Amino acid sequence: MASFGLFNYWIAVAIMMVGFYGVIAKRNLVKQVISLGLFQTGVFLFYITMSVYHAPDGTPGRAPVWQAIQGGLAKDPGPYDNPLPHVLMLTAIVVGVSTLSVALAIIMNIKRLYGTVEADEISEIEDAIDHREELTSR
Amino acid sequence: MDALIPHLPVLLVLTPLFGGLLAALMPRRGPAPWMWSLLVTAFEVVLALWMVKQVQRSPQETITYLIGWWPAEYGIAYVIDALNAYVILVVALLAFVSTLYAKSSVEDEIPKDRHNFFYSIWLLAICGMVGICATADTFNIYVLLEISSLTVYTLIAMGKYRDRRALTASLKYLVLGSIGATFILLGIGYLLMLTGTLNMPDMHEQLMLMKAKGTLEGNRTVLVGFAFITVGLGLKMAMWPLHLWLPNAYTFAPSAVSALVASTATKVGVYMAFRFIFTLFGTVYDSSATLALMAFCGTLGIIVSSIRAAQANNVKKILAYSSVGQLGYIVVGFSMANESGVAASVIHILNHAVTKGAMFMACGAVVLRMGNADLKSFYGLGRRMPATMAAFTVGGLGLIGMPLTSGFISKFYLVSGALHDGQWWLALVVLAGSLISIVYVWRVIEVIYFKKTDKRAPVAEAPFTMLIAMWILVSASVVLGVDAELTGRLAEFAARALIGGAS
Repeated sequence: MASFGLFNYWIAVAIMMVGFYGVIAKRNLVKQVISLGLFQTGVFLFYITMSVYHAPDGTPGRAPVWQAIQGGLAKDPGPYDNPLPHVLMLTAIVVGVSTLSVALAIIMNIKRLYGTVEADEISEIEDAIDHREELTSR
Repeated sequence: MDALIPHLPVLLVLTPLFGGLLAALMPRRGPAPWMWSLLVTAFEVVLALWMVKQVQRSPQETITYLIGWWPAEYGIAYVIDALNAYVILVVALLAFVSTLYAKSSVEDEIPKDRHNFFYSIWLLAICGMVGICATADTFNIYVLLEISSLTVYTLIAMGKYRDRRALTASLKYLVLGSIGATFILLGIGYLLMLTGTLNMPDMHEQLMLMKAKGTLEGNRTVLVGFAFITVGLGLKMAMWPLHLWLPNAYTFAPSAVSALVASTATKVGVYMAFRFIFTLFGTVYDSSATLALMAFCGTLGIIVSSIRAAQANNVKKILAYSSVGQLGYIVVGFSMANESGVAASVIHILNHAVTKGAMFMACGAVVLRMGNADLKSFYGLGRRMPATMAAFTVGGLGLIGMPLTSGFISKFYLVSGALHDGQWWLALVVLAGSLISIVYVWRVIEVIYFKKTDKRAPVAEAPFTMLIAMWILVSASVVLGVDAELTGRLAEFAARALIGGAS
């Protein structure tokens, strides 16, 4: 039970590490940015998992809103999950989307001015520029 | 006007936020967006000064503002004490001076029909940075951190109109910055899991309760959370060796953006480090191992980055590498965790902001006149742009730490803090760093005054607004160097408040 209880955390860490690996290892800028999104998604799962609540007698918690619909606010809502992390992740998702859109806008411009989105080819072009500057600055 | 006073903390954040949104609605051409930004940042400075006055009235107390009057444990609380009032004032002042400076440089470097958007993002970046300093809610810190980071990525990418390498520099910053912010978010998650609160003073209290009960001993959750936050902050404040995004980002950003970002963005990162390491974990956790590691990174950062600066051939790049080195001084200062060490860090936040801001501005004026910031472009400029180059020189002396400039005061505090703890090797590193900084500053100054100029290029003095902005910062640097009373008292007070939590 204990190891199964941690199942979600294992998955969250696995998703994060897959994303992190992608950011480091992939040489295509779009793939890097996708991996970055995956990395952030792992954190979302981590937060959502921590909000889960089990009553001491083992009854699983429910969504607070669902409880209110069932019995009205006056009634004891019974065990419910912590709503706070969900709300936080709503904000974090918005942040993630903004990051993704800024990144894609920059990549679009890179494609326009460099003609490629492969990090290796871009650094070749930049090395050439650096080399030229090195020669002229003497 | 007195009715506004209780709302000051939140007004500080809302002013640039709504100012930024309105700037986007301004006419695309013409000086209207610039004038509007100047007005907004000037108002921001007034608010920040007012805030400092409020804090000084009763320095022992903090000013708490509950947004929507929700109690601190449910809602977002803004807590202002001597330290953040001071950092907010630094950010607001630098924002105002950079905006004053931005006019000519933006007209030159950004297409004419984009100025309203440029200033909109510019003000939002300032909003994010001020917000980080004002808030006491950890998740709010994350959100405002992302606001300031995303806007700064965009501002840096706008350097593409001059050099396309700005785009790759910006993307690199975006990827590393997002990883850093996500680490911070993850660390906050661990702390939320443990304490059930996001409010920093509340979190500290919960951790203290756990410590009293003895459940904190060997608790790996808090350890992991602390580790994630420290690494994330290291990325955000460009602590060596996590600084890889910084040199190119500062080099290829538009001149005005370099001046603003170099003088404020990393300083806000340092402020966050103060808050997390001292205020939140100070008494809870023995962070001496982390601080030792940071001292190690800081010292290596000072030496290695200064050497890299001495090798660079682009003056903006020299300044960028020197920024990493100067951040090393700040990191070394607070990692001593004694009073004068932390005071040195706090003072150096202002002093470095002022000197590096002035130097990036002088550099931007050269970019405006010569088209680039190569060392070659500086040949003989001492005669053709005397006021700009004089500003650069005084700034450079401040960077070295000459007496009568502000840099001397920081280094004095730093060395005395190191000797106080008997860590003479730290003092040696600080002095070695100063020696190397003489090399890289002298390389530029020699070229400015002792080389023959390229007569063909018609070069005039920098525009008036640029000169005013530059000289405000240069004279601030000299004033702060001569009269150390002003910052010294504030910094020592802030340091005592921080360390008081830690001893």
